[in-house]
Amino acid sequence: MAAPKIIVVGGGLAGLAAVIKIAEAGGNVDLFSIVPVKRSHSVCAQGGINAAKNLKGEGDTTWKHFDDTIYGGDFLANQTPVKAMCEAAPGIIDLLDRMGVPFNRTPEGLLDFRRFGGTLYHRTAFAGATTGQQLLYALDEQVRRYEAEGRVRKFEGWEFLSAVLDSEGVARGISAMDLRTMELTTFPADAIIIATGGIGAIFGKSTNSVVCTGSAQSALYQQGAWYANGEFIQVHPTSIPGEDKLRLMSESARGEGGRVWVPRTPGDKREARSIPETERWYFLEEWYPKYGNLVPRDVATRAIHKVVYEHGLGIDGQPMVYLDLTHIDRATLNRKLEGILEIYEKFVGDDPRDVPMKIFPGMHYTMGGLWVDFNQMTNIPGVFAAGEAEYQYHGANRLGANSLVSCIFGGFVSGPNAMAYAKSLKAAQGDGGHAQELARQRELNQQLLSSKGKENPFRIWRELGDTMTKNVTVIRHNKNIAETEAKIVELMERYRNIDLSDRSQWANTSFAFTRQLWNMLQISRVVAQGARLRDESRGAHYKPDFPERNDEKFLKTTKASFDAAANEPRFSFEDVDIQHIPPRPRRYDAAS
Amino acid sequence: MAEKVIQIEIKRQSGPDAPATWEKFEIPWKPGMNVISVMREIAANPVNANGQDTTPIVYDSNCLEEICGSCAMVINGKARMACSALVDKLEQPIRVQPLTKFPVVRDLSVDRSVLFENLKAVKAWVPVDGTYDLGSGPRVFPQQQEVAYPLSNCISCCCCMEVCPQFNDATGFVGAATIAQVKLFNSHPTGKVLKEDRLRALAGDGGVQECGYAQNCVQVCPKQLPLTEAISDVTRDVTLQVAKDFLRA
Ligand SMILES: Cc1cc2nc3c(=O)[nH]c(=O)nc-3n(C[C@H](O)[C@H](O)[C@H](O)COP(=O)(O)OP(=O)(O)OC[C@H]3O[C@@H](n4cnc5c(N)ncnc54)[C@H](O)[C@@H]3O)c2cc1C
Ligand code: SF4
Ligand code: SF4
Ligand code: FES
Repeated sequence: MAAPKIIVVGGGLAGLAAVIKIAEAGGNVDLFSIVPVKRSHSVCAQGGINAAKNLKGEGDTTWKHFDDTIYGGDFLANQTPVKAMCEAAPGIIDLLDRMGVPFNRTPEGLLDFRRFGGTLYHRTAFAGATTGQQLLYALDEQVRRYEAEGRVRKFEGWEFLSAVLDSEGVARGISAMDLRTMELTTFPADAIIIATGGIGAIFGKSTNSVVCTGSAQSALYQQGAWYANGEFIQVHPTSIPGEDKLRLMSESARGEGGRVWVPRTPGDKREARSIPETERWYFLEEWYPKYGNLVPRDVATRAIHKVVYEHGLGIDGQPMVYLDLTHIDRATLNRKLEGILEIYEKFVGDDPRDVPMKIFPGMHYTMGGLWVDFNQMTNIPGVFAAGEAEYQYHGANRLGANSLVSCIFGGFVSGPNAMAYAKSLKAAQGDGGHAQELARQRELNQQLLSSKGKENPFRIWRELGDTMTKNVTVIRHNKNIAETEAKIVELMERYRNIDLSDRSQWANTSFAFTRQLWNMLQISRVVAQGARLRDESRGAHYKPDFPERNDEKFLKTTKASFDAAANEPRFSFEDVDIQHIPPRPRRYDAAS
Repeated sequence: MAEKVIQIEIKRQSGPDAPATWEKFEIPWKPGMNVISVMREIAANPVNANGQDTTPIVYDSNCLEEICGSCAMVINGKARMACSALVDKLEQPIRVQPLTKFPVVRDLSVDRSVLFENLKAVKAWVPVDGTYDLGSGPRVFPQQQEVAYPLSNCISCCCCMEVCPQFNDATGFVGAATIAQVKLFNSHPTGKVLKEDRLRALAGDGGVQECGYAQNCVQVCPKQLPLTEAISDVTRDVTLQVAKDFLRA
């Protein structure tokens, strides 16, 4: 029998990890990615990657890592796969180390570890301030090696559009668009792995990269895949608002004494430094005297949100507050925070040693995603998923530095499982649905190209981002979410009147974007409606009208499936695997 | 009060063989804009400075925080990353054009796959035995990590190649970035088993000998790689390797 052919979509950490396992096991891989894989979003990760290696004599164990992850995720994650991930993590770090990742070292030449949020242990391995970049490069290099050996074919600059499904709904390949020639093609495969990352773009601006639109996940959801826990979106308290994106400002700025404040007078036009102490409101210090500026991420995020939207005290009427380091002397700042202060300087143009930084919470991470079983397979036979694109490892809230490990672990699990599945796959009937899917995609392209309306896709996108950010991020009221749902329906209507200012068929990026936009609208509805249905507060999902966690009703995975006839999602709820750790209240503010 | 506008001129080309033309835009100014956000404004309202309808600009970008290496272009005559090019720090009219040493795909998007091919040619990887659990990696002292880490920061943007007088079709020179990666992998405890292969790949035409030490590369590298140092170290090793191979033969 010929070696199985697997298609991997996405060349971030998850996709590359899957490719390596498949190539190593003798499979052949076609790897598809919109951007050259070395430019995937995973490069953005700064902080580090978790593994309980216990190299600091603290008695850390993989069980403690498991417990922190489950507790941090407010008990919503299925426990068995999380346990397996935490147990595999130390071996993953060793492997990355062997692959040449320049991790920071102790004087003895061993791996160094730092502390991160949501744990009491030094469990985070790191490579300077660019851990994600270094990990991605290590995997990219291994994949290049397999590419040189002919085991891997790369299709960079290609966009996945849909799965090719046979008459029984079994995956037989993918349809994809060459982003230069704009040509549509279907590619056969015995199994496919979706590793297309997060969905930040539905919020307009986020800390995510440009291609993190969730378009691939949404396309699959519209083909029958379940989308799970869509309402769980992590918002980081301190990002740097920008015209084009929100850039992360590390927690360490507050760790080193940074103070968060706003002027007490709404719309105060004075320069920050000239505002006297008595006219400043250090609201975190006032509300949380014990932890002050170092309250946990979700608490800080909600407080900032409240001050801006309920008290109307954002700087200059804008959604921003000050994060002030100017009371600390320059030498100390340079010694401890130089790297991150440079980011602010580079992208804002101000020196945070002289002027307070302007920050605001920013959409950061997608906990939800394609539903998968413990083998990483979606409910569509032959379609697997790994990385931020699936929902499995972080429950209601992701702990810092846990994503990189979940991406690599998910890739490592999905690769061999896809191989095993492919080996036992029966031959397809007829052409396996290729001709039909190609025709369907051609038709979609044609519809768009012939649309002669007045709507600009980029403006529809902005409006989508505005309404999602306003009503479906930090603080959620059912009334406001309903408003957003109505807005999305309106935007979908307007989408039918789109005006493509560029109809050419060569490297037409706005055409590709417009196709993604439809999928973004669809997945936004899943996120918004999931949030409306969940009348409780859990992890990143917070409703003032339902401030408590309600295990009786909502210790459940949300599953959305697409009702094509009605063109909207349908929801069901699935029990969570809690066989290892019984749920307990999650309270970081309690004295301990 | 008159609205503040940004004057920007963009060199456009509808395909690899199409003629290039400059198009002017006037975009409403907002605080904190970079060159990417100007192009996004154009996409949301594709009208040029003459009031004519036009098409959105085609360009590459992803991270928007100068770490993915996508958005290299020539801005006011300088090869740099568009996402970290702040409008308020640029002289106007801002003049933006694609990198000149790489084939244009469309507008500001160019084909830089040559760098990835070069990395393949020099085997820029650590040849691990496999991904199964083989215990911890080799000991690496902080002093070694401090040499490796800066080299490993290369974002493959190709700015160093753009400004290099020797990087052209006549020489076939691989460019500074690839040489720096050779130094990185040759100094890794396991990576060094392929050292001789890498050095041989850089001997002869298109290899290290092409470099004229103009040092343009070091000045534009957005990640401040120690390129000239890497080039001289690798050149020395290549010379030694060539001599060794000669004696062996
Ligand atoms: C600023 C920032 C800092 C972070 N820091 C940390 C940290 O310190 N520690 C941590 O653990 N996590 C961190 N995270 C989270 C972590 O970086 C991501 O969750 C992780 O990198 C996601 O990897 P991935 O492999 O799932 O997808 P990505 O790296 O997003 O890759 C997605 C891939 O899919 C491709 N793709 C997408 N759509 C398509 C399509 N339709 N067709 C073809 N290809 C497609 C893309 O080209 C890309 O190759 C951070 C995130 C951000 C935003
Ligand atoms: S030093 Fe060498 S590689 Fe760098 S620009 Fe000059 S010739 Fe090119
Ligand atoms: S060495 Fe510097 S300039 Fe050259 S590709 Fe790497 S990051 Fe870019
Ligand atoms: S967009 Fe990634 S470097 Fe500019």
